[in-house]
Amino acid sequence: MNASYAWLKSFVPFPHSPAELRDLLTARAATVDDVVPLRADLETIVVGLVVEAAAHPDSDHLHVTKVDAGTGELLDVVCGAPNVRAGSKYPFAGVGTTLPGGLTLERRKIRGQWSNGMLCSARELQLGDEHDGILELDTDAAPGTPFLHAYPAGDTRLVIDVLPNRPDLLSHVGVAREIAAATRLPMSRELPVALTASVPAAVRVAARGTTGGVSVRLDDAAGCPRYMGVVIRGVRVAPSPAWLTDRLVAVGSRAINNIVDVTNYVMHESGQPMHAFDVAKLAGPALVIRRARDGETIVTLDGVSRALRTDTTVIADAEHAQAIAGVMGGSTSEVSDATTDLLLEVAHFDPASVRRARVALGLATDASYRFERYVDIENAAHVLERTAQLIVALAGGRIDGEPVDVYPDPRAPRHVPLRVARVERLLGVAVAARDIKELLTAVGFAFAAGDGVALEVTVPAWRSDVIGEIDLIEEVARLRGYESFPDDLRPFRVGTSPDAPRASLERAVRTRLVAAGLLETRSMPFVAGADEGFVRVANPLAANEGYLRREVLDTLARRAEYNLARMQRNVRLFEIGATFAPSGSAMPVEEVHVAALVMGARRPPHFTEQSPPAFDAWDAKALAEELLDAMRIADASLVPGDGDVLWNVRRAGEHIGGVSRVTLDAPVWAAPAFGIEIRLAAVDSSPVAPAGAHAPAATSAAPTRAAIAYRALPTTPSSEIDVALLVPSNLPAAMVEETIRAAAGGLLESLVVVDEYHGDGVPAGFRSIAWRLTFRDPARTLQSKEIAGRREKILRTLEKEHNVRQRSS
Amino acid sequence: MTDSVVSLQEFLDELRLIENELPSMLETVHETIDLDRVHVHFLGRQSGRFRLVSAWLGRLPQADKPRAGAELNRVKSAVESVLASKSGELATAPASARDDLTLPARHRWLGAKHPVTIVLEEIEAIFRELGFTVALGPEVEREWYNFGALNFPPNHPAMDLHDTLYLEDDVLLRTHTSPVQVRTLQAHTPPIRILAPGNVYRRDFFDASHAPMFTQLEGLAVDEGITFVDFKATLAHFADRFFGRTKTRFRPSYFPFTEPSAEMDVECRNCGGAGCVVCKSTGWMEIMGCGMVHPSVIEAAGHDSERYTGWAFGMGPGRVAMLRYGIPDIRILYDSDVRFLEQFAE
Repeated sequence: MNASYAWLKSFVPFPHSPAELRDLLTARAATVDDVVPLRADLETIVVGLVVEAAAHPDSDHLHVTKVDAGTGELLDVVCGAPNVRAGSKYPFAGVGTTLPGGLTLERRKIRGQWSNGMLCSARELQLGDEHDGILELDTDAAPGTPFLHAYPAGDTRLVIDVLPNRPDLLSHVGVAREIAAATRLPMSRELPVALTASVPAAVRVAARGTTGGVSVRLDDAAGCPRYMGVVIRGVRVAPSPAWLTDRLVAVGSRAINNIVDVTNYVMHESGQPMHAFDVAKLAGPALVIRRARDGETIVTLDGVSRALRTDTTVIADAEHAQAIAGVMGGSTSEVSDATTDLLLEVAHFDPASVRRARVALGLATDASYRFERYVDIENAAHVLERTAQLIVALAGGRIDGEPVDVYPDPRAPRHVPLRVARVERLLGVAVAARDIKELLTAVGFAFAAGDGVALEVTVPAWRSDVIGEIDLIEEVARLRGYESFPDDLRPFRVGTSPDAPRASLERAVRTRLVAAGLLETRSMPFVAGADEGFVRVANPLAANEGYLRREVLDTLARRAEYNLARMQRNVRLFEIGATFAPSGSAMPVEEVHVAALVMGARRPPHFTEQSPPAFDAWDAKALAEELLDAMRIADASLVPGDGDVLWNVRRAGEHIGGVSRVTLDAPVWAAPAFGIEIRLAAVDSSPVAPAGAHAPAATSAAPTRAAIAYRALPTTPSSEIDVALLVPSNLPAAMVEETIRAAAGGLLESLVVVDEYHGDGVPAGFRSIAWRLTFRDPARTLQSKEIAGRREKILRTLEKEHNVRQRSS
Repeated sequence: MTDSVVSLQEFLDELRLIENELPSMLETVHETIDLDRVHVHFLGRQSGRFRLVSAWLGRLPQADKPRAGAELNRVKSAVESVLASKSGELATAPASARDDLTLPARHRWLGAKHPVTIVLEEIEAIFRELGFTVALGPEVEREWYNFGALNFPPNHPAMDLHDTLYLEDDVLLRTHTSPVQVRTLQAHTPPIRILAPGNVYRRDFFDASHAPMFTQLEGLAVDEGITFVDFKATLAHFADRFFGRTKTRFRPSYFPFTEPSAEMDVECRNCGGAGCVVCKSTGWMEIMGCGMVHPSVIEAAGHDSERYTGWAFGMGPGRVAMLRYGIPDIRILYDSDVRFLEQFAE
């Protein structure tokens, strides 16, 4: 909402500067986003004090003056105005200043005397036609003060962020009402012209009536709860006077002609959009407010032909739709320069209907914006009278008979009870009944006689947002001023809902990966995807982002490519994020995964090595195992996979993740990329309880991390032996390990591969793998012959079960 | 050695032995730390060689003591001067050309949390002191959790503030973390004090200041007797802690699920409140939307709004991160350039 500072000031005589008014409105009503001086071209003009004024030696009408313009020195200025006097202040344009007409001032000689600038007349500043002399300023402002601070020159636009609950603030009257309440100043509705035409009282009807020879019928009372019209005959369409066009320009609107401008003016004043029809163009002449017919079209004021839906309300003449209710008029019956007789429409259209039509047509206007948010249905008669009077005042003509007022179901005033004690319980500060009444009355609320405990509040018709007691309590807080409530931290009870288990799991995993040197990303889950196997976004922003990811690695791969495109070859990223998979029902299966992608050097380059080793599959496997460890999952296994899948992570027969080679759109110099993805947690998106109910204290099934169990440090020595075995190439090392563990018995403390070897001395089809076995008995020192015995047993078992023998050195 | 008498010859032999140890021990010295070890060996106060041998002085015949003492001092000062000169040598010159210690160290890659995570964790730490726990919810929601339970009127302009990405009729990507308010209120009985961080989605085109997905942080406090004063005071306290001492400003706003509603501003971080381009000359910076929980939200979750009251807020840690670190374009947060992410190693 754009508001004119001068317009507001014509309603309420407030002393605030535009910046002060911004702060006042922001604190009490709605945030002012911007303050725009509309005469920015006068910003370099300053207040100048004439210290001396003497006659010019070579001229009978020029003066030579000395001017204090706040620069610290007195400037010689030649001035031709008869009214220049020493001791007076005038607008002063110094050397280098550009005047509104485009003239840039230079230091120059006038009849042999140097002049360093110019004292200005009103006309030179485009502030009026006065040019008999320079503009004398009645101001206390010091010399050098910006002229705009000392003189009400030009208007200022306030850009107000009016939120959907306050349609009443989409008007100067509404904003002025708030200013009057906040400043405790009276409010008027002054106009620069006198309104003399008298408008007869409207005739209220339930469905049909006539005004000025035009019949009006309301068929769609749901879409149009109130429709008022009046006919004005004999108008002269012409340009509007300057005061009106200035105000329209100030709010960012364009002047068209006096009829359209008056309807726009009163809309910005009252918030009520209006429309004027050229009566001569109306078939009948009649107006019918009805739903659009199947296949009906209309050419709107912007010249576009639009197909109408049958749930859209239109204003038609006897034959065709002539306006889309609350959105835009039609071009056929538009007011033109030739119009003499017009019908002025002041209606209340149903907000939801207008919203539906606006969305369906993709046509948003000042009118639809206001109707969608609610226009005061009770204000129609006043607006009709004022607009008709203003049209007659500016365009002539006469009002043809009583206006018609089709209002089948008049609004009943809304009464809302307000408990004084509840105000204190919610706001934390006691507000006396008397103070509540005073605050609310100032913005139009009324009170029935009450007992001071429970108040009966009548809501003004323009406050569609005030429905319940809580809305009134908000009004009390707002009008009292949020700043008037103390910031004392008072005692509180701590929350009793436990931390989400997933939160601590995510923290543990994140800490581990950061410690491993990885960088966290938080990227968007949109992917190119496909109908099969992906969750589709019904209204995506871009075609190549029409689906949701199934794996976090999918988006990490794109992030890796982004880095490669910027010559960043050492990529090590991780993300903890949601994934989505189709479920067969409307709600997808949502899970939280952790994924990592590594490629390139394992550490930064250093002069001690030619190039650091690159990340490989074993690093990726380690990351997967470390993640499982951070999650305290001990019973998962990494099972070798196929193709790009290096390992599948399985737990209790379930696939919970994997380690893979990642195929990237990568330049030739890029190192191979490896990815890890592990499911952290399932996300429960089912309803907690039915609407309006709660279902407390179901213990969460979500994963929690197991606690660390302390193991006592050994007090006895360990014994180590190494065994080098010839293992067939097709026998997995894990199977050999399993056999070793089984045969070694309970004293085997650890089993580690220390070498894998192919080549000399190893027959084809075999490899040599060396394991180091560490034995320990926590209670005593093992004897060497016990160890030798175990070694023999292990070797015998391996030979028997796998035909694996020791490698002879 | 027993406690018996020691002859002068035995004493002098021991001194010679000590003197002869020096060259071979010096061969092991490459760095200052090695020299320290040698120093202790000879001159240590507890059990250095000279400390032990000087204990023998008392067991020498009286007549031999002056000579023995003089000899002890000679050997000792000889050792001391050799060690001192070795020490100087080590300090001034590299041990060898191969070990130029001015060369750079061998580093590991540094890992880092995302700047948004850093901000989230810092905010979380402050609210934990105020008795808050962490709650999480799904990113795909039903309309009722995202809108209906939060008092959004159907087919109302309030919906225009939440341009929504839908998956199906009634199923959408949540537009805010506020559904977690409803889920938590349904699953628990007050006192409830939760923080709910999470990703939210808007049908906004990706540009310098908008992203179709961003992180939000929701806060909710519901209990008996919670008032507007508690609401203001707690959030002002948070702002003080998070931004360093700062003024706060609460101004009227509108959210369907809070009433009274407010926006909380802090003094502009750029100009300190004097007014600048960043704050459009207002001196203030918007930090969060907040307000008292609307009674209909408490009722929608099955609680008595006469008994329970509360307050809630929602803020964008991404925006806070941009302000704090001076990141000019929101897209940088999503690009995931390793050179950007590395800057946030803690």
